[in-house]
Amino acid sequence: MHRNKYPFIAGFLVLPVGLYLLLVIWPYIQTISYSFTDWSGASQKFSFVGFDNYKDLADDDVFLKALQHNALLLVLVPTLTILLSLFFAFMVNVGGRGGAGGVSGVKGSGFYRIVFFFPQVLSVAILAILFKAVYRGDDSGLINGSLQAVGLGDKNHPTEWLNDPDLVLWCIVFVMIWAGAGFYMVLFSAAMQSIPRDIYEAALLDGAGRIQTFFRVTLPLLWETIQTAWVFLAILSMDAFLLISTLTSQDFGGGPDHSSEVISTYLMRNFQTYSKSGYACAMGVVMLLLTLIVSIVTLRLSRRERIEY
Amino acid sequence: MGSTSGTPGMSGVGRRDLIKRSAALGLITVPTMGFLSACASGGGDDDEKAKTVKKTKDNPFGVAKDNDLDVFIFKGGYGDEYAKAWEASFEKKYGGDVSHSGEQDVTGKLQPRFNKGNPPDVVDDSGSKKMKLDTLFKDGHLTDLTQLLDAPSIDDPSKKIRDIMLPGTIEQGTFGGKFHALFYVYAAWGLWYSNKLFKKHGWDVPKTWDQLLDIMKDAKSKGIGGLAHQGKYPYYMNIVIMDLIAKTGGMDAVKAIDNLDPKAFVGNDAAERSIEAVYEIVEKGLLMPGTNSLEHTEAQTKWNEYKAVFIPSGSWLENEQAKQTPADFEMTFLPLPLLPDSKMKLHAVRVGADEPFIVPAKAKNVPGGLEFLRRMLSKEGATDFAKKASSLSVLGPEYVDKSVELRPGIKTALAAVDNCPVPERFNFRYSEWYGELDVEIQNATGELMAKRLTPKKWLERCQKAVDKERAKGTDKNKRK
Repeated sequence: MHRNKYPFIAGFLVLPVGLYLLLVIWPYIQTISYSFTDWSGASQKFSFVGFDNYKDLADDDVFLKALQHNALLLVLVPTLTILLSLFFAFMVNVGGRGGAGGVSGVKGSGFYRIVFFFPQVLSVAILAILFKAVYRGDDSGLINGSLQAVGLGDKNHPTEWLNDPDLVLWCIVFVMIWAGAGFYMVLFSAAMQSIPRDIYEAALLDGAGRIQTFFRVTLPLLWETIQTAWVFLAILSMDAFLLISTLTSQDFGGGPDHSSEVISTYLMRNFQTYSKSGYACAMGVVMLLLTLIVSIVTLRLSRRERIEY
Repeated sequence: MGSTSGTPGMSGVGRRDLIKRSAALGLITVPTMGFLSACASGGGDDDEKAKTVKKTKDNPFGVAKDNDLDVFIFKGGYGDEYAKAWEASFEKKYGGDVSHSGEQDVTGKLQPRFNKGNPPDVVDDSGSKKMKLDTLFKDGHLTDLTQLLDAPSIDDPSKKIRDIMLPGTIEQGTFGGKFHALFYVYAAWGLWYSNKLFKKHGWDVPKTWDQLLDIMKDAKSKGIGGLAHQGKYPYYMNIVIMDLIAKTGGMDAVKAIDNLDPKAFVGNDAAERSIEAVYEIVEKGLLMPGTNSLEHTEAQTKWNEYKAVFIPSGSWLENEQAKQTPADFEMTFLPLPLLPDSKMKLHAVRVGADEPFIVPAKAKNVPGGLEFLRRMLSKEGATDFAKKASSLSVLGPEYVDKSVELRPGIKTALAAVDNCPVPERFNFRYSEWYGELDVEIQNATGELMAKRLTPKKWLERCQKAVDKERAKGTDKNKRK
């Protein structure tokens, strides 16, 4: 067995590694080489321009603004989503009190589980249509209409949620959290259910309250799952393309006047609308590097000792 | 077993770690891949060109029977039903399989195909996601359509195609000194109103900007918005702004912008007065509430519901809103009213050919594509277009069969165009020529309408964008 180990393993790996090279690594290599050209995106005619695209990026105000917005999303979306879904998962699984001494979720937790998970079943396209109606800027919008119905909104000056530079990014953050929290609640729930009940019972017998149980028992035992969730959400925040491009103004989104611009929307506008595809590829490379750095840093910083149970 | 799972104390990567790391790597690659693979391009041409027969007067491009033809149509305000009629007619005449795609995301669908060298045979390259014609031209993707211009017309073989199209069509489709794109639709741009609403409130057709504002003020006092605009797309509001600049400053003002003049906006009296005038609508609260953030269809539908008096758009508006427009709405076209001391007359109107049709140079069936365009430029083609899209082609009204009844709104637009002598019709070119400049002016307009930019700052921003475009020095487009 030992002698034939490597051919055996290699046999399994040929196909996946081959596909990986073809579908992942090869496009990377192409993109990186295009980022040194003035490619227009419409033909195979182009010339090499060295690092010019990258130099231009450093002076591009819109790109820098997009970078800042990505950074903001990177901090807010994972933090808030994880906090919220942890809270939900905790309440649904072990937050309940009463009952016959057992550890259980709050009343009606089965219902909450389904309701909270529901947004996850919707595709981003449907999410966008849904929130277009929610944020619509005149009195036909769900928020504006409701506000006016209870006498809070001004009919002549409705809040133009997605056309307000101070609000638009927060509107997007809200949708991302709303859409993500349910999934991570289920993920954390599953992890919590694998924590042995006796640990909780022991904590209860020692007189620990909800908050203490959460911080002393649940959180440490969920650390690995949270770490994974963080990387996942961080990548989502680096992208955010579909949602922003469908909800906000400008070609491929990012409006009004770049106030919700992220790298991906600006990349697409350069790639398609401006026919500056080489430049767009340089942005793609920067985005790739940043995502790699964020992922590595997250995994390194959050490394802890494993607790076996 | 055992040797592949790392045990504590032993060096090497444990199985759990391996899985974790590869999972993390996979996570990173999946989302970025979408973008990067968009950049990836394939190579390789296949040279299976369509067969041809001998060229004759009836068949000037030598189209052989039973070749397939691939037609790609932008499905926007005009829909794509008209193209299906053309395709059916072409199929009847030449056989073969004529395939149809009606899409909105032109670039998304076609950029990869142009890159790979297998583009469709005919493309209607329009809409906000169109592929830029000057890029396609520079990359050698456009067939020189001069041969189409010199081909005989279907209805009267003694005339050449170039002689039956309305003036300006050839100029507009000319890149690098040669005709490369057939802008097929004859369009007019301006303001629109409901004549029913006008009659109800006893308003007269405004001739001056002040009269326009007076109507808006009166409407506001009756709970109706003065002006609706498609705020999510400032393109529409720019129709009002740019037309007012053109009418106030005359062709010199139009050329100053198109030719990237150092005084296109700042230091241009017409631009300064026009933007101040437009800003008055914002300042006096005459916009339909919330209109700044609406989609084009949302804003237009509210206008159809009498929530606003005026809306800017082109002559496709009526077709686009056909389902939402009440039967007694009486949609009416209005050339922009004038500021005092305007260089142009009241009847001056922005007219142009719209919806460029191209034949990609690398298409499999170039002769078929050319013949398709020639057949579009016939009585049958123009009549089909008028029937299905309720609009006119660049052949003008006499090529439409008398049995076709155009909708009432488009008739008012055509009457306005007829009322304007040919030399006084104007059109801008900068948005076709300079994509980034167009986006920047649109953004500035969005900010102005939301009251976040003063007219002075608007002028400065637009001028800065013009100067930036000029500094690139790569484009040599010029208007005489």
